[in-house]
Amino acid sequence: MTQKDNGKLPNGSEWGVDLSIDFCGVRSPNPFWLASAPPTNSAYQVRRAYDAGWGGVVWKTLAHEPIVNVSSRYGSIDYDGRKIAGLNNIELITDRTLEDNLREIEGVKKDYPDHALFVSLMVESKRESWHDIVKQTQQTGCDGLELNFGCPHGMSERGMGAAVGQVPEYAKMITGWVKEVAQIPVIVKLTPNVTDVTAVGRAAKEGGADALSLINTINSIMGVDLESLAPKPQVRGYGSHGGYCGPAVKPIALNMVSQIASDPKIGIPISGIGGIQAWQDALEHMLLGATSTQVCTAVMHYGFRIVEQLISGMSTWMLQKRFTTSRDFIGKSVERIRNWGDLDLSYKVVAEINPERCINCGLCYIACEDGCHQSIKIERVEEEAYLKRVKKTKDDRVFVSGGAQYIHGAGDGYVNAFSINQDTCVGCNMCSLVCPVEGCITMKEVDTGKPRMSWKEYQSLLAAGKVDPIRPPEHV
Amino acid sequence: MASEARSKSREIETNFADVHPPLTGDEAVAEASRCLFCYDAPCQRACPTHIDIPGFIRQILHRNPIGSARTILDSNIFGGSCARVCPTEVLCEGACVDNTLLKAPVQIGRLQRHACDTAHDVSMKFYTPGPSTKKRVAIIGAGPAGLTCAHELRKRGHDVVIYEAGKVAGGLNTLGIAAYKITTDFAMTEVNRVLAMGVVLRLNSPVDGRKLATLLGEFDAVFLAIGLGRTAPLGIPGEKLKGVWESLEFIFQTHTKPLAKCKVGKHVVVVGGGNTAMDAANAAIKLGAKRVTIAYRRDRDAMPAFEHEYEYTSGNSVHFEWNARPVRIVGKDGKAVGLRCIRTKLSKSRRDAKLTDIPKSEFTIPADMVIKALGQEPLVDLVGAIPKLKLNKKHRIVIDPDTGATSVQKLFAGGDCALVPMEEVVSAVQSGKIAAAGIDAMLSEVKR
Repeated sequence: MTQKDNGKLPNGSEWGVDLSIDFCGVRSPNPFWLASAPPTNSAYQVRRAYDAGWGGVVWKTLAHEPIVNVSSRYGSIDYDGRKIAGLNNIELITDRTLEDNLREIEGVKKDYPDHALFVSLMVESKRESWHDIVKQTQQTGCDGLELNFGCPHGMSERGMGAAVGQVPEYAKMITGWVKEVAQIPVIVKLTPNVTDVTAVGRAAKEGGADALSLINTINSIMGVDLESLAPKPQVRGYGSHGGYCGPAVKPIALNMVSQIASDPKIGIPISGIGGIQAWQDALEHMLLGATSTQVCTAVMHYGFRIVEQLISGMSTWMLQKRFTTSRDFIGKSVERIRNWGDLDLSYKVVAEINPERCINCGLCYIACEDGCHQSIKIERVEEEAYLKRVKKTKDDRVFVSGGAQYIHGAGDGYVNAFSINQDTCVGCNMCSLVCPVEGCITMKEVDTGKPRMSWKEYQSLLAAGKVDPIRPPEHV
Repeated sequence: MASEARSKSREIETNFADVHPPLTGDEAVAEASRCLFCYDAPCQRACPTHIDIPGFIRQILHRNPIGSARTILDSNIFGGSCARVCPTEVLCEGACVDNTLLKAPVQIGRLQRHACDTAHDVSMKFYTPGPSTKKRVAIIGAGPAGLTCAHELRKRGHDVVIYEAGKVAGGLNTLGIAAYKITTDFAMTEVNRVLAMGVVLRLNSPVDGRKLATLLGEFDAVFLAIGLGRTAPLGIPGEKLKGVWESLEFIFQTHTKPLAKCKVGKHVVVVGGGNTAMDAANAAIKLGAKRVTIAYRRDRDAMPAFEHEYEYTSGNSVHFEWNARPVRIVGKDGKAVGLRCIRTKLSKSRRDAKLTDIPKSEFTIPADMVIKALGQEPLVDLVGAIPKLKLNKKHRIVIDPDTGATSVQKLFAGGDCALVPMEEVVSAVQSGKIAAAGIDAMLSEVKR
């Protein structure tokens, strides 16, 4: 299926959809790119990535001189038995010479003319340095540049990376220098380690950026080794804050992507980065404004092959939703993000438990009781009486052994049955979030009979004496 | 020839390897991550000793096997044994909600074993005796009920003397469960953990009615945990023939002799349909019997053995003769050569249904070993000799389920000799716990 082998591009055509994108005039067969990171360190890797089906890559950040890395470099967070919910690194930019990198980039681009190839750059904050590297790089025939204003560790201590990206004026100035000589699109990569990401986004735009990519990694310390008391990852017993990424950071990335996308003063293409490992993650980035997406951690975890699942997942979703091209849905959900004060206070949902689906684990109950609004009733039901309640799924619950009947979920002669007190349920979702059974707890809209009213409207109506104060919910 | 014997012996050892081998660390964490951490968890309620199962599994998940073992042993001092011998399929694992969700429970038994095994050495020092109360309690029987009661009483500072009729402590947990489920060595380590609490153990010290009366006078309380007696006789001709065994006697040997030295027939018939019958049949196959048959007078659905035991047994190529009532053990030259049975008919497929013989349906199962596995009989001689001791119709001692108290003052009872919910190690442990609390309450009352 490689382009080199048969000329076919991984653009969803086998599904009858068009996944291809146009990013600042650069065509990419699909929106799945590899972020500037260890997987894009060499021609060997990038060729393997394209062959696997990746639409584009951002080559690992170049500099005039290769840096020296430490050992070890990565740390991760496991979550109750699952590996790498989050990953961090204290690795720096490329550790290879500029000449090697440029020669390889040129070779790769020649062999893969229809794939997107951006090159990440970071040099000292001098105009001539930026001019030089931009000129050298664009001679390779690459499609565009990405300015690394985001790296939160190591380089920032040398006045580069996040040190630039955290100061809007610097970001604007350096983007301007680059644009003085750049003949190809320039993406500015934003750091999330700021109070307001749109400030730097606007500055980059003002400096002439053609596009923005975000988020770079988040400042982090992965943990402390409880044997040695050294931080993770450690270098001879010491550590340093590093860049955090992986599935756990997606919500932070989505928020920032949507902030950039909805800022009328920005309005340039976005490449969404952060926590993408499944096709849904990529779609969410795109629905909130990203045209292309960039992946690193999931590839570091599982290899380039995961792109196959991204392509098939997005394609089948498009078929179901009757989207024929990715252009049809990019940014579709941006306008759904509003200020809290604009949300409708009259809208109400309540939880509903389907007793035939319930497995009696009690997680909804204890979550509601201890953490939420005490609106789930727990009822001890004798075994036989319980089976009468769950006639449809009785066979899944009962077994006979040694001539006696046993019930899954029973103990001490009873089964716990759970139900929602919908009069006090505030519709917070928590029970449905903890429930391990698909379709057991659903949130149902209830008609409050009240007209739509946001908090802002409520405040003004209240001030005008036109509505009564909303009564606080009852608590135990 | 010698090498053939060695390879045979190795084969038997392999046959007796753990039915449920221990989980590796990685397996344990993966399995623990399946646990939903239920609230008022069904598994915990279904466990007769109410171990905080979600709690100990979460401790495994969070790599605290020592804390996990402590959680287990706090509720059940025979936690390592129960992890091996409990019928988890109908207790904790049967109650697990993952059965409904995923059609497979969390492997609680194996996780429990993982925690207890990992923390084994440390766990020997978890408990220390309480400050002395100067109260003295005699315990009759060093099985799981008696030892648990001893442990709990020592924690509370009471002195304990255990009188054990046999040569070793641990009761059926040490000797009475087939060795492929629990090894003698392991069972003894859990006995020793209790003894390390400063328990006086008197082996080879049977107690009769008179002795018991004396003990009741000498001690502040007595806990009766004598278990049950010999396997019930079939009541048919030929039971005295050579090659006729009682099931427990047959299983005992797997703990008291090298496996290669254990006696087993070429063609073995086990009579009975309970869990002990399954144990005996499996042990016979593993010891090298060519053909093992279980003869049960009712049908499969009426069989008292647990379904998982039946499945394991039939998976070991044990042959089942349903509706086969033994009428005679056939002998030749004083040795058993077969079991003569008659076919029966059940009015309903239930254990209490009426059983009738089908005329002229007799047949013989060739066998050079016949193992009787009809269940144990109560020790009527002893319990019947205690004045005012209330027994039920089946001669089980009636106890207050909340305190273990019998109808006789200062006398408490637990384990299989008393009216407990199941004849299982875990039920015995719970009854020992209950009685210890009951005795302690009584002694504290007296003190005041």
